[in-house]
Amino acid sequence: MTESILQVVNLCKSFGGVHATDQVSLSVRHGEIHALIGPNGAGKTTLISQLSGLLRPDSGKILFDNKDITGYAAYQFSQAGLARSFQITSVFQDLSLLDNVALAVQANDGHAFRFWHNARKDQRLRTPAMQYLQQVQLSDQAEQIASEVSHGERRQLEIAMALATSPKLLLLDEPMAGMGQDESSLIIEILKNLRGDKSILLVEHDMDAVFALADTISVLVYGQIIATGTSAEIKTNTAVQKAYLGEDAA
Amino acid sequence: MEFSLLLIQLLNGLQLGILLFLLSAGLTLTFGIMDFVNLAHGALYMLGAFFCASLTLYTGSFILAILLALPLTALAGYLLEKLVVQHLYDRNHLDHVLATFGLILCIDTIVHIIWGPQGIAIPLPAWLSGQVELFDGVVLPSYRLLIIGVGLLAAAGLYVLVNHTRLGMLIRAGASNRKMVGALGVDITALFSGVFALGAALAGLAGMLIAPITEASIGMGSDIIITTFVVIIIGGIGSMKGAFLAALLVGLIDTFGRSFLDDFFKLLMSTEAAETAAPAVSAMLIYILMAIILAFRPQGLFPPLSR
Amino acid sequence: MTTTTSARPDHRQNRNTETTRLLLVSALLVLILAILPTVLYLTGHTFWLDIFTRLVILAIAAVGLNLILGLGGMVSFGHAAYIGLGAYAVGIPAYHSTYGGMDAIATYNGFFHLALALTVSALFALVTGIISLRTRGVNFIMITMAFAQMMYYAIVSLETYGGDDGLTIDVRSEFPIISLDDPLTLYAVSFISLIIIVFLVHRISNSRFGLTLQGARSNEERMLAIGVNCYKYQLAAFVMSGVICGYAGFLLGNFTTFISPEMMDWTRSGEIMIMVILGGATFLWGPVIGAIVFIILEYVLSEVTVYWHLPFGLLLIFSVLFLRNGLASVLQRSHSQAGKGQ
Repeated sequence: MTESILQVVNLCKSFGGVHATDQVSLSVRHGEIHALIGPNGAGKTTLISQLSGLLRPDSGKILFDNKDITGYAAYQFSQAGLARSFQITSVFQDLSLLDNVALAVQANDGHAFRFWHNARKDQRLRTPAMQYLQQVQLSDQAEQIASEVSHGERRQLEIAMALATSPKLLLLDEPMAGMGQDESSLIIEILKNLRGDKSILLVEHDMDAVFALADTISVLVYGQIIATGTSAEIKTNTAVQKAYLGEDAA
Repeated sequence: MEFSLLLIQLLNGLQLGILLFLLSAGLTLTFGIMDFVNLAHGALYMLGAFFCASLTLYTGSFILAILLALPLTALAGYLLEKLVVQHLYDRNHLDHVLATFGLILCIDTIVHIIWGPQGIAIPLPAWLSGQVELFDGVVLPSYRLLIIGVGLLAAAGLYVLVNHTRLGMLIRAGASNRKMVGALGVDITALFSGVFALGAALAGLAGMLIAPITEASIGMGSDIIITTFVVIIIGGIGSMKGAFLAALLVGLIDTFGRSFLDDFFKLLMSTEAAETAAPAVSAMLIYILMAIILAFRPQGLFPPLSR
Repeated sequence: MTTTTSARPDHRQNRNTETTRLLLVSALLVLILAILPTVLYLTGHTFWLDIFTRLVILAIAAVGLNLILGLGGMVSFGHAAYIGLGAYAVGIPAYHSTYGGMDAIATYNGFFHLALALTVSALFALVTGIISLRTRGVNFIMITMAFAQMMYYAIVSLETYGGDDGLTIDVRSEFPIISLDDPLTLYAVSFISLIIIVFLVHRISNSRFGLTLQGARSNEERMLAIGVNCYKYQLAAFVMSGVICGYAGFLLGNFTTFISPEMMDWTRSGEIMIMVILGGATFLWGPVIGAIVFIILEYVLSEVTVYWHLPFGLLLIFSVLFLRNGLASVLQRSHSQAGKGQ
C-alpha cells in the first residue's frame, strides 16, 4: 500500500463504555482530498484528536508514510509531516500574521536555540512565510495582528500555518466553521489550488464544499465508517442516505 | 527515642496539620471555584489572631472571643471580596497576585497602626493551660489537644457541608466546572462572596487557635501562606480531601523532620556534620516532598476531575 | 476580541514610529541613568548614588524576570531566591577567606565569586525549572514561590553564615584594575551591566528563540500542533532568567555588604514582579522604568510616613484595577495583551 499516505487500521477509543471510535479503518491516498463527514456526535472530533496525537487510541494503528506513528506526542505528529488546523480557531492572537506563519516555518526548520540573529528580518523565515500567506490570499494583511483581522481571515491564517510546516498531509478540522458564503468559497478556492500538491484529510459539515472538493468521501456514524467512495457513490449509497443525508433532508 | 516523645511530636505534627488544613480549605476553594490566586489569605489568618487577642483582653474570655472574632473575620473577608477581589475574577493570575500583594501591604500596615508593631499574647484560661495525663507517664498539654479537637470538628463540619448540602454540591460542581454552575442559574456572585467569607473565617480560626501559643504578630500570615500553598499543590488544587490529607502529611513530616532528622543523620555521618546538615534539610523537607510528588503527579495527589 | 474591518491603519508605518519611540526612550533612559547619579554624587549628594545603585541592580533583576514573565508568560514568583544565591556566592567565600575554613572556596577573587553566583543560580533554576515547568497557571506561581522559600529556610538554618541575622561581607569581590569599594565604580559597573543585559534581552526577544517563547506564551496548543515542544525552550529561558537575577544578586551583595535571608523572602520576589508589571511587561524598558518608579516611590513615601506600605499597597491595588497595561502603556500603546492565564 505505498500509494496511501495515511492509513488508519482498526482504531478504537472509548470513554467509559461509549465507543467514540469503533474499529475505524481509513486510508488517504497520495495527493487526494479525502473528506470525512458524519452527523454530530459521530466521533469526528475524537478521531481527529487521535490523528493529531492529542488523544491516545485504546487499540489500532496509525500508519503515516509507511511509518507507525501510533502513540507519538502531538508535536511529533507535526514533525512527522502531519499538520492540522483547529475547528475552533487557534492562532497566536497577539502576533502579526507574518509572525504566526514564520513561527510555523521556523518550527519546521530544526530547533530554535538561536538567540542573537533577528528572526523578524531573517529572509529564510520571512520569504516562505510570505509565500504561504500569499497562497491563502492574506499577503496584504501580513503585518496586522491576528486578533485584529476578521474571523474568516484567521481561518485562512490557520491553513497557512498548517502549510508552513511543509506537511505531507493536511488535517483540516472544519476549515469553514462559522463562515459566510463568500468566505467559504474563498477557502474552497484555496483548497482547490492545493489539490494534487498536498494530500488533505478534510473534516467538514458544509456538504456543498465536500462535494465540490473531495476525491474520496468517508462517512462516520456512531464511531464507525459506514461507507467510503467518490461523491457520486456516496450520494447514492442507501446506508448513507438513511444514516446521514436522510436525517439532514428531513 | 522515647515513646512519650514520639507521641508528643505526633500530636505537634497533627496540630500543625490541622492548622494548615483550616488555612488551605478556604484557599483551595477560592482557587478551585474562582480560579483566583489569593496571596492575602495569610492576612486573614493574622486578622483572626488580632481580633481574638483584643476580644480576649476585652471580654476576659478566650472562648467568647473566638465566637465573636469568627464572624468578624468572615465579615472582613466579605468586605475584601466586595471591595477588591470581586473585580478581579475575570483578570489573569498576574493581576490577582499583584492586587492581593497590595492587600497584604495595606492590611499589615493597618494592623500595625491599630495594634502597634509588637505582638500580642493571648492568656489562656486555667483549664486550658494545664496538662493532661493520658496514661501512665504520658503527659500532654491540654490546649494542643483542644486545637486538634476543634480542627477535626471544623473538618467534619466542612465535610458535611461540601458533601451533603446544596451549597456543597454547587461548590463541588464549581470546582470542576465553573461554567456549568453559571448555567444552572445560580447566583454566582453570592456564591463566590459566601465561599470567600467562609474561607476567611476558617483562616481566621487557625490564627485564633495558634495565637495563644505564638502570640498574634504582623509577619505571621506571610510566613505560613507558603506552607499552605505547598499543602494545596500537594493535595491538588480545588480538592478538599486532598487539602486535608496533604495538610496532615506536611504537618507530620515537617514536625518529625525538625525533631528527629539530626538523630537519624547521626547514624549516617559525624555528629558535627549532622548538626549542620539536619536543620537545613529538615527546613527543606516539605519542599522536597512537594517536588517528588509533582515529579510524578503534576496535578497533585487528588486533582478534581475535568478541569 | 472585536474585529474591525472598516479602519485598517498602516501597520508598517506604525511599527516604524514604534521603533523610533523605542530608540528615543532608550536614549533618554540611558542618559538620565548615566548623568543624573554621577552629577548628584559629585555635587555631594552621595546618598542619591546609593539609591540609584540599588535601583539599577534591581532593574537588572526585573529585566531578568521579564525575560520569562513578559516574553514567555511564565509567572515566576521566586526570583528573589536567585538574588540571594548570587549575594551569598559573594558572602560565603569572603567569609571563609576572613575567618578560615572551607579552603576550597575561600577567596576574595571577584571572578570566582561571579562564576559561583552564575553557576549556582543556573543550577537552582535548572533543577526547580524541570519540576515547575511541568505545571501551569496557579500551580506554577505557587511552586516557584515554594522553591524560593525553600532556599530561604535553608539559608536561615545555616548558623555558620549568621542564619536569620545575616552575614556581613568584610571585603568586596576583588577584580584587577577596578575596585568595587569606590561607589562610583560600582555604580558604573552596575549601570553598564544593565545596558548590556537590556540589549541582550532585546536581541533575544527578536530571535528565533524569543519568537518561540512568545508563541508558547500566546498559544501553547498551537505550538504543539506546528511541531514545537515548548518545554525545553521554556526551561532554557527559565535558566537564563535565573542567571541574570543571580548576577543582580552578585552586584547587590557587593553593594550592601550585608546579606541576609530576608533578601530572598517571597515578598522580595513580589517586589521584583511589581517592578516588571508597573513598568509594563510587554515593553523592553518597562522593568527598568518600573524599578525607577518603585525605588523612588519607596524612598519618597518612606520619608513622609513610617506607614508608607499603606499608600503603596493602595496604589498597587488601584493600578491593577484601573491601569491595565502598566505605566509604560502610556509610552507605548502595546498590541499585546497578556492573555487570561498562561
